[in-house]
Amino acid sequence: MRRIGTLLRTTYVLVVFGFIFLPVVVLIVFSFQDGAVSVPPLRGLSLRWYGELFADGRMMAALRNSVLVAVVSAIICTVLGFIAAYGLARYRPRGAAALRALLIAPLGVSYLVIGLGLSLGFSELGIGRSLMLVIIGHVVINLPLAFAILLSQMNEDQEQIERAARDLGAGEFHVITKVTVPMLLPGILAAFLLSFTLSWDEFVIALLLTRFDVTLPVEIWSALRTGLNPKTNAAGTIVFVLSVSLLFVTYWISRRRIGGQRR
Amino acid sequence: MTSHEKSTRKGWALSGPALLWTSLFFLAPMGFVVAVSFWRRVGGTLDRTLTLDNYRTIFEDDVFTTALRSSLEVVLITVVASLLVAYPFAYILAYRVPARWQRPLLILAVLPFWTSYVVRSYSWLLVLAKNGVINQAMMTSGLISSPITLANTRLATVIGFVHFFTMLVSLTIYASLTQIPESYRKAARDLGASPVATFLRVTLPLSMPGVVVGAFLTFVLAIGDFITPQILGGGNELLLPQAIMLQVQRRGDFPLAAALSVLLLVVVGAVYAVFARRLSLERR
Repeated sequence: MRRIGTLLRTTYVLVVFGFIFLPVVVLIVFSFQDGAVSVPPLRGLSLRWYGELFADGRMMAALRNSVLVAVVSAIICTVLGFIAAYGLARYRPRGAAALRALLIAPLGVSYLVIGLGLSLGFSELGIGRSLMLVIIGHVVINLPLAFAILLSQMNEDQEQIERAARDLGAGEFHVITKVTVPMLLPGILAAFLLSFTLSWDEFVIALLLTRFDVTLPVEIWSALRTGLNPKTNAAGTIVFVLSVSLLFVTYWISRRRIGGQRR
Repeated sequence: MTSHEKSTRKGWALSGPALLWTSLFFLAPMGFVVAVSFWRRVGGTLDRTLTLDNYRTIFEDDVFTTALRSSLEVVLITVVASLLVAYPFAYILAYRVPARWQRPLLILAVLPFWTSYVVRSYSWLLVLAKNGVINQAMMTSGLISSPITLANTRLATVIGFVHFFTMLVSLTIYASLTQIPESYRKAARDLGASPVATFLRVTLPLSMPGVVVGAFLTFVLAIGDFITPQILGGGNELLLPQAIMLQVQRRGDFPLAAALSVLLLVVVGAVYAVFARRLSLERR
């Protein structure tokens, strides 16, 4: 009986893992397909599609745009999120609950509606679509997360250390740059990397707010219209590998922090 | 000025930049969307006299009532299916797998989360296509003689959604399950409850916070998603976000798109209002 139970459970877990990994495996395997269509049977392995991808000027430009948008929006998210979380955690202002609710609010709204709002608003003001607007939109959607992560990392022990620094004569600016930021570095990096990853992958807002200079997900989207193509698999694989590497860096940083606390 | 007033001022001042950003680029555009939804498109321009025409169109035109109904159906099927797949998975992970394997397995299970959203839907297309992996596997094994239509159907949309949300819901349910003290289940067993009774009367009720949070997140994210139904559903059936995008990109009817967006916000808001009190992963 017991062994049947274990067998059933193991099978179930394996089936779920199979379901979860099926599209990823198909994506990666067929990016190395030698033939021109990304469906079975697999005809020979080659790096041909990666070569074509790197030779594709539009894709490469889109890749650069995506990295630019992600870096700039993640920096803005982290900085704004950090000072807001600092203000809230250290000064406990009256109305803190309302403040927090307001800053978190964009999480509850579909990206499509946020993108539509920004696109309507900017065109009303006569501002044309550009990567700059995508950066603005990505800060809107990722600021709540950066803020929430940083707020969760702030505690009263840090406050004691900051007080000690102040008693020793450090000014407010020095307290923040020399004491608070180094103490919170893992959280800051986590907020930055998460904002980066989510921005770099975002599609709908980027679609609504760009015209000629597009980001990678938008370029992949237009490539899809011409049919299933191993080059798209190659692009998808690269996006996946980069995102997962960032995820592991984040995880590694957060583990180091836990180790550091134990000491 | 008391010291509390002073720190209130400082706290708000430091939150200032973030507040300003959220107000300018989130609250203001949302307000504008609501305003535009009461305008009308006349030819290529906007008629700014307030009218309920767009809302009348939404509720009188079959296309939009059908889109709303289809959206709700697809999302409800997605929520139920994701919970049914994820619950046993999270349960086995939390209670039957040695503690040191749990986190690595969980991280592995959410890894595909980090494939690009567009690319993930596209990969499902490769799996479900007429000459795709599933059809070819079933034909080779003799299960079917000719390929069946999987891509460009509601089923494909649901599969794409369930794939994404199983990962998410597994996390929230796992978080709830691991918060239940083992002694509760032991006590139930000691008092003579069968394993089934222990599950139904102790574990399941105590894990409801994770189920509710997971279901809510799935509902909100799925009903607002344009990509999965567009790529996998393939335009055979129009869901609400696709209806919005159609107005924006093809028709250029922004007031109608805005009114449909308001409808989407109202639906999400209503669901939030129902679940608001139960939306916390911590046990009370």
